[in-house]
Amino acid sequence: MSIAMRFMLIQTYGRGDETTVPITEWSPEDIAAHIEFQQVLNEELTRLGELVGAEGLASPEAAKFVVWDGQGEPIVTDGPYTEFKELIAGYRLIDVDTIERAVEIAARISAAPGAGGAPIRHPIEVRQILSLDDADG
Amino acid sequence: MSDKQTIEGLLRELAPQALAVLARRFGSFADAEDAVQEALIKAYQTWRDPALPERPLAWLVRVASRQLIGDYRSDSARRRREYLAASWQQVTGEPLPGRDDSLTLLFMCCHDALTPAAAIPLTLRALGGLTTRELADAFLVKEATMAQRISRAKATIRADPEPFALPTADAYDRRLRSVLHVLYLMFNEGHVAMRGAELGRPDLAVEAIRLTRMVHALRPDDPEIAGLLGLLLLTEARRPARTGPQGELIPLDEQDRSRWDHALIRDGVALVTAALRRHRTGPYQLQAAIAAVHDQASNYADTNWAEIASLYGALERVAPNPLVTVNRAVAIAMVDGHNAGLEVLAMVGDSLEGHHRYHAVRAHLLELAERPTEALAAYDDALRLVTNTRERDHLQLRRARLRSA
Repeated sequence: MSIAMRFMLIQTYGRGDETTVPITEWSPEDIAAHIEFQQVLNEELTRLGELVGAEGLASPEAAKFVVWDGQGEPIVTDGPYTEFKELIAGYRLIDVDTIERAVEIAARISAAPGAGGAPIRHPIEVRQILSLDDADG
Repeated sequence: MSDKQTIEGLLRELAPQALAVLARRFGSFADAEDAVQEALIKAYQTWRDPALPERPLAWLVRVASRQLIGDYRSDSARRRREYLAASWQQVTGEPLPGRDDSLTLLFMCCHDALTPAAAIPLTLRALGGLTTRELADAFLVKEATMAQRISRAKATIRADPEPFALPTADAYDRRLRSVLHVLYLMFNEGHVAMRGAELGRPDLAVEAIRLTRMVHALRPDDPEIAGLLGLLLLTEARRPARTGPQGELIPLDEQDRSRWDHALIRDGVALVTAALRRHRTGPYQLQAAIAAVHDQASNYADTNWAEIASLYGALERVAPNPLVTVNRAVAIAMVDGHNAGLEVLAMVGDSLEGHHRYHAVRAHLLELAERPTEALAAYDDALRLVTNTRERDHLQLRRARLRSA
């Protein structure tokens, strides 16, 4: 039986509504505060032994989409994309005891400070990671 | 010093010696390396200070030989069994490591056919005595992933085996260049990543310096080896000032120079000065000379930028690389103004269109030239291409400062 549960907390580029201020329009203080928030949160989760991994992804404009049917040349689509808000900006992998705790951490991430210090309110996708070893073991 | 540190230090020193003895005895570096790794793990499990084996090197060689023979026994390849029969009798007596064993091992690990991503962990395991577990921690990957990376490297070496000996004279220079390149990249990996030691991870920059010191001690007359060691020391000297409290990147012009390690700077400057006197200039000596000029300046503005620009010019001649031209553009901008810098930069615009550093430097010079619209666009280009979190954060901040100015 598995005692802890692992979740991936996935962050995308935004809510897609008009109230979102893009980071290119934030003040230097807002950006510094946002960076510090992320680092402090990661340090806290590391101290609690809950953080398995956290990565930000490089610019979505550099993303490629690849499709192949197994024959001939694969189809590779390059950016930039008009609909990039759904693309993943980064993720945290956490190891926690309950889904409630995962939701609590996701809420903190969603309320990260943005323009003018206001919470960015990005939706955070909370997905449990499938395990091999907890099938009535 | 704790027991753990004593044993760790001892094993790191003995691991390459044991490996060299086995590689020479059994003829296969790749197989010997696996066996020594197993022996190291056993040593970590069973050795307790002060009750260490009476002859620790002989212990390692014996355990590793037994492992290797076991591997060969279970191996169905007939050739190997026959080979084993020939070498079986020799596994007795006190092992005698040779003077150049460590260097020979280094040449094996930095095999031409290996990519640096494969050569670096293999070198750290074979010469640094690091376990796969420690390597996985250092590179932030799972142990299984690291084990696979090393097996792939070994498979490449097995496909093209060479005798356990230094490269022949005609290949020596070329092979030495790949060794120095691997050590340089190993250092950079440690330098760019978070400080490992603070997080209980092996520090790759420290390991790279240790190995380069070893090579320098074995070949003190080679000016490029001395140049590389100088470069690593002069870069390492700035590390205490290079990151802020949250791990954020502090660029050279904003660093608190009183936090630099001045003893390391003295050593580095002495190394590069002596090397340059031999009049066999190479890229590492020139890069070390540039680092030395920076490290000896009391502040960014008072740096001897004319000297740095001329050293970058020399570096472009011996090792042409558009990124070196970008650095020369920065120095020229300090000497002759931002427009002169932008002119130098324009020379490599076509080849570096896809590289973030070109756009970041261009943004900075355009900002100084008070062309904010173009500077903002250049920052956007740099941000689109950057792949390091801290560099990205730094660029985003600079862009925001310009925008709100």
